Amino acid sequence: MPKKNHSGDGTAAPLPVPPIDTWWWLSHKGTTTSFLCISLFALLIRSAVSMFPYSGAGTPPKFGDFEAQRHWMEITTNLPAIDWYRNGTNNDLTYWGLDYPPLTAYQSYIHGLLLRFFNPDSVSLFSSRGHESYIGKLLMRWTVLSSDALIFFPAALFFVLVYHRNRAKSQVAWHIAIILLNPCLILIDHGHFQYNCISLGLTVGAIAAVLCGSEVLTCVFFTLALSHKQMSAYFAPAFFSHLLGKCLRRKNPILSLLKLGIAVIVTFVIVWWPYLHSVDDFLMVLSRLAPFERGIYEDYVANFWCTTSILIKWKKLFTTPSLKFMSLAATVLASLPSMVHQIFSPSNEGFLYGLLNSSMAFYLFSFQVHEKSILMPFLAATLLALKIPDHFNHLTYYALFSMFPLLCRDNLLLPYLTLHLLFTLIYHSQLPKTKASSFSFTNFPGYVFLLRTHFVISLVLHVVYLTIQPPQKYPFLFDALIMILCFSYFVMFAIYTNYTQWNFSSHFRSADKEKKQI
Amino acid sequence: MDGDRRHLLLWFFAAATAVKLLLIPSYRSTDFEVHRNWLAITHSLPLSEWYFDETSQWTLDYPPFFAYFERFLSFFARLLDPKIVDLHKGLDYSADSVVYFQRITVIFSDLCLLLGVYRLTRKVETLKRNLICVLVVWSPGLLMVDHVHFQYNGFLLGWLLLSVSFLQDGRDLIGGFLFAVVLCFKHLFAVAAPVYFVYLLRHYCWAGLATGLRRLVALGSVVVAVFAAAFGPFIYNGQIQQVISRMFPFGRGLCHAYWAPNFWVFYIMLDKGLAFTLRKLGFDVQVPSASFTGGLVGDSSPFAVLPQITPLTTFVMVLLAITPCLIKAWKKPQPGLVARWIAYAYTCGFLFGWHVHEKASLHFTIPLAIVAVQSLEDAKHYFLVSIVSCYSLFPLLYEPQEYPIKVLLLLLHSMVMWLGFTALYSDEKALKKEGGEIKSKFEMGCIEKGYLIGLVLVEIVSQFLHPYFLGDRYAFMPLMLISTYCAVGIMYSWIWQLLKILT
Repeated sequence: MPKKNHSGDGTAAPLPVPPIDTWWWLSHKGTTTSFLCISLFALLIRSAVSMFPYSGAGTPPKFGDFEAQRHWMEITTNLPAIDWYRNGTNNDLTYWGLDYPPLTAYQSYIHGLLLRFFNPDSVSLFSSRGHESYIGKLLMRWTVLSSDALIFFPAALFFVLVYHRNRAKSQVAWHIAIILLNPCLILIDHGHFQYNCISLGLTVGAIAAVLCGSEVLTCVFFTLALSHKQMSAYFAPAFFSHLLGKCLRRKNPILSLLKLGIAVIVTFVIVWWPYLHSVDDFLMVLSRLAPFERGIYEDYVANFWCTTSILIKWKKLFTTPSLKFMSLAATVLASLPSMVHQIFSPSNEGFLYGLLNSSMAFYLFSFQVHEKSILMPFLAATLLALKIPDHFNHLTYYALFSMFPLLCRDNLLLPYLTLHLLFTLIYHSQLPKTKASSFSFTNFPGYVFLLRTHFVISLVLHVVYLTIQPPQKYPFLFDALIMILCFSYFVMFAIYTNYTQWNFSSHFRSADKEKKQI
Repeated sequence: MDGDRRHLLLWFFAAATAVKLLLIPSYRSTDFEVHRNWLAITHSLPLSEWYFDETSQWTLDYPPFFAYFERFLSFFARLLDPKIVDLHKGLDYSADSVVYFQRITVIFSDLCLLLGVYRLTRKVETLKRNLICVLVVWSPGLLMVDHVHFQYNGFLLGWLLLSVSFLQDGRDLIGGFLFAVVLCFKHLFAVAAPVYFVYLLRHYCWAGLATGLRRLVALGSVVVAVFAAAFGPFIYNGQIQQVISRMFPFGRGLCHAYWAPNFWVFYIMLDKGLAFTLRKLGFDVQVPSASFTGGLVGDSSPFAVLPQITPLTTFVMVLLAITPCLIKAWKKPQPGLVARWIAYAYTCGFLFGWHVHEKASLHFTIPLAIVAVQSLEDAKHYFLVSIVSCYSLFPLLYEPQEYPIKVLLLLLHSMVMWLGFTALYSDEKALKKEGGEIKSKFEMGCIEKGYLIGLVLVEIVSQFLHPYFLGDRYAFMPLMLISTYCAVGIMYSWIWQLLKILT
């Protein structure tokens, strides 16, 4: 008998759910074996997506992110470390200057050595600008693939082993598939071309370390993640508040904090060593990491500033410094509830929600956010997928949709559609049992109707974007519509997750009371 | 329950489709242009010129039903992009439109395979059904040959599986009809014709004089009708000679350029070995002027020492090899064993046939998948033969871009097979416990394990060590190594299947 689908928000899954037993034959050997099997499939999908075009393929003179990464390999293999962030005759910072912290530079150096060994033309100084070849593309793709397999996958395994101590094997397998077949990550890293897998992998490692209680390891991993991509700071409030909350509950809070602080500083010094010899060098790198001159938003990203700029022309009304301050204030305010909650009642589950909330707050209110930054909140959501399956389903849809214009520009339409299909198949292969929460949007009248309308409009927009030419007067009309739609969903989602986290402590307290009464 | 089952089958198909869609931009072999040319021929020319046209070197060499199928597809091709079906302007056309169109037609035609699997697994229990689905719908060999290299094997094998499913149900007339249809799609399937003939004669027509004769006439007329529908127009035009000569181009050599891993590999190596030894011993052994892959050059033989092999020799050998199976089918025609016999027939055809291509290994691995879940020994045998045949297809995808894909496909397939078989043949009591280690009866023997590890070593040598140490010299050696090693595995499979049939 097929199980009835008790999805939280009433939008019934279109496919009937096969019974939970369907997959036991795949997951009966335990977590690690299932992980190995699913990671083989995940690598297969990544290798297949790698065959598609990368960002900026065949578009001189600037090309895209692929050329930027190749250029960094060129710079790091040909120049000494101190010159990597410095403008000079050999290093023209206006042509894709390095704008990530040193760990990205070291990683580019290692990959650059590999490329130089097999295909020296692709990283020779100056002459390799705009180099595009079959073998060059293949080697670059393989560097991303290997980074993914060596950093993200083991981190995910670590997380899964720690998180799932006593759970049904099939559910664990489902969760592994959700984490490893993260459609946004695959499309950006292996399609568009980036190395988010490294910083996200290190972040997942840090999260797993929190869950198993080794806080020093957490600090090391997270500092490494920050040193790879400054966007990892989206998660910083959650880590900070959770660790602070935990330390305050210890016998000697100052000592615990000191231990963690030392771990952070030591890791930081080791990674940034070449740039700590003088304050100028350090500031030089920092100025590259925070290009405030680019403005509060670029293109059409589904965050607060860009969406509301339709009505309020932020860039015209305020100067960049005041906008900097406003976005900082807004971000802090948005992540405050989650931080406060964790400082006063830290818990592992609350921490995961905290990650989601802080990264979402940063995405919505931060300065210079890109569409690709949805990866951060989305990663946190994949880790929580078993707890919020219905909302996660919708989030995946809108996260992918928010990247749709970017992917279309990269000619990645087919992988986009295919990964949507794959995600839907995996999601519906086994719906996890959800506990009915006290608060659910479905209790609000009209929410289901709103969600359905949203969905229909988005489908229409997909078709319209691909087929109809926008009017001359508003060439980015459809991008703006997509942005508004995604933003409205993200806001609803953020409200829900913040509320859920805030209610966490009250759930704990009421559960404790029940125990005492019994 | 039935809707559930259908949905699960569709789930498997959809998951495979996702992978197939992502394989669209991968390497395409000349077979892609072959099929595009056939779209053009069948669309732009009248029927009377289909088997005569030589605008391109890729002439029509499949039977008429396949030509009609291409004609049907060409209708949609023209709607999408008329240049695809243009006989002259479309030569070597490789724009996005034609690539997407052809790739998607292969994906759609795989629905035939799905239908075949659906019919075959109607009465099978859940776990076995899932496993058969995984082994057939997610077959790595099919993915590599159909969706990268480019062919329509999924479609054709689907018809074969449908035919087998009807035979298993006891509905022999429809089974025979469908087999005749498959023959008119691709004549390579005719290797199993003796099995069908003997089985249908004994099982269907051996029922007393009157009924038997009636059934024989019915069967005969059905088959003749199918062939008439296919070849009729050509017989009418007096072109049947040309059609036959196109379908059976015996101008080709004993072996395909990539040396399919069959019996002739051993024969050739024995010949070379003997020639070498005899020369060392002082005998005067002529170096043959002909080559194995080229055609029959007059009277000269490509063999230095051993007797020459002609197409007739291979035909007789295949027939001899199938004979034990035919005798068994004659003595006791059981519907449940049909799949086994057909797979055996295709194995014989693969091992002893003329100008066999590695792709032909799909013809016996797919039917064997149905048999694989029937017993523990079958499962162990299938595990080995499926990995070997998939590995033997590796040389087809020789570009570096597809390397991770083909390796991952094989590893994934092996892992899923292993998990599935250990679950199927596990201890009953262990199934109830959720947390405990499940002991399974599915364990490969030492020789089998050693052979599979050897496979990894062969790959390392041919892919990494040989290019590193020898560069471009002796370029044939890696291929020879792979062919020979896989041939050992396939010979083992043949002997195992033969013994299984005889006992």
